[in-house]
Amino acid sequence: MTKTAVELIELTHYYDTYAAVDRISFKLESGKILGLLGPNGAGKSTTIKMLTTLLPVTSGAAIICGHSLVASPALVREHIGYVPQMLSADGELTGYENLLISAKLYGLNKEKRKKRIAELLEFMGLTEFADQQVNRYSGGMIRRLEIATALIHQPRVLFLDEPTVGLDPAARRSLWKKIKELQHNFGTTILLTTHDMEEADTLCDIVAFMHLGHIVLMDTPAALKAKYGPHATLDDVFLGYTGATITEGGDYAHAKEIRRTVSRRD
Amino acid sequence: MHMPKKLEGRSLDVIKTVLQALAIVEADIRKLRHDPIELFTRMIQPAIWLLIFGQAMANARAIPVMESSYLDYIAPGILAQSVLFISIFYGIALIWDRDMGILQKILVTPTPRVVLVLGRSMAAGVRSLSQIIVVYAISYFLGIHLRLDLLSILGVLAMMLLGGALFSTLSLIIASVVKKRERFMGIGQILTMPLFFASNALYPITLMPGWLQTLSIVNPLSYQVDGLRYLMIVGEASHFGLLTDFGVTIAIYALLVAIATAIYPKILY
Repeated sequence: MTKTAVELIELTHYYDTYAAVDRISFKLESGKILGLLGPNGAGKSTTIKMLTTLLPVTSGAAIICGHSLVASPALVREHIGYVPQMLSADGELTGYENLLISAKLYGLNKEKRKKRIAELLEFMGLTEFADQQVNRYSGGMIRRLEIATALIHQPRVLFLDEPTVGLDPAARRSLWKKIKELQHNFGTTILLTTHDMEEADTLCDIVAFMHLGHIVLMDTPAALKAKYGPHATLDDVFLGYTGATITEGGDYAHAKEIRRTVSRRD
Repeated sequence: MHMPKKLEGRSLDVIKTVLQALAIVEADIRKLRHDPIELFTRMIQPAIWLLIFGQAMANARAIPVMESSYLDYIAPGILAQSVLFISIFYGIALIWDRDMGILQKILVTPTPRVVLVLGRSMAAGVRSLSQIIVVYAISYFLGIHLRLDLLSILGVLAMMLLGGALFSTLSLIIASVVKKRERFMGIGQILTMPLFFASNALYPITLMPGWLQTLSIVNPLSYQVDGLRYLMIVGEASHFGLLTDFGVTIAIYALLVAIATAIYPKILY
């Protein structure tokens, strides 16, 4: 029998009177990678922020690793890792120090800290840069460090908000490889958002298209493409489902956020 | 039989919380180690106040302060003021961290919400300690009558840590409410002058008109200055009593920590 890692039951978030996420429900099996896709403003980031306990749930429920998001957010936090869309590594600290502070916040003891930090630096290929200040890292290295930081306590579910935005193709591919390894070697369940259809196709076992706060479509990439003909890509699916009805997405605040993310040094 | 176990669990929680808060302080100290410039820029303002304003006013003999020279009188006030002026803008770091995603990274850890407030405010207190060095050094050369015994100096350190922590917590609250850099800077500016002038930093409370005296007595800076004055200067008495000075400062700090803890996660919404 397969285990459910994340379950959403009519999860809803209202900004004032606007439903950013409107009664979405789905189950994500343990060890799978789910991609949340959809135009800007569809509710992807809001969903992730609720699931990571950063935004309050207006109504509905979610169960993460057996714990209720609404009733016991503190327990949920012990089992999840989160890498926000923005630059969350501390540029003024070294890579090692970033990991060290996180390990201390998670209450790991000295022995465990040492072991875990060494493992993660190795896994992410950052060992030789450990004592360099992060503001001298490349964009790809920063992303790998951020993911390493989110993994310090061996979370069972990892949330990645647009993990490869602003990275060059080589850095993007090497990050994909790491994410896949994470799934294979440790069975980590991963929920990510992306605008990149190639990324969704390469990484995800299941993709869910969001539009105006709803999930309009959810299936394996292969099944979705099959519906659109033999040579269809996820781009075709995306445009087919949302292209006709949306205006060009995003607002000023969103554009600002994206541009800032993209300007991460590379 | 259940009580001791429960108590033990609680004290373990307290230790864990303190350790986590210290991790935040440690991050800040490590940053200072990489880039210590701020410690030096912090020293400029109190130096200017003591060397220019202090010397000029001391010569003018405009403000009657009993039994002591005016420089003796204002040195502790300048020290407290210099910490206030920097701590009151500390909250901008919270806005910055929110925009960067560093705050989000901390909020998804299982650390209690109070950890960030305690850690951040203690870090601000630690940063303020550099200002003690410059004020003591200049005071020494100006012939100000400093108390240099260990106990007094420890008292000054404690009061400075508390003062820096208190005003930076106030700043975190303001940042959580206004949420934007530009608005925050405006409010910081509005607050510093009244806090400074409606206190006993530059002149005794007894010289003030009645309404200003009332303001001074509810102003936490007055208690900090009062305690510092006693602990720092030979022959200065404490107006409120040292116990009251520390008591009021700790009580206000605790209250501000409770408020900040309740509201700062909302800076994300």
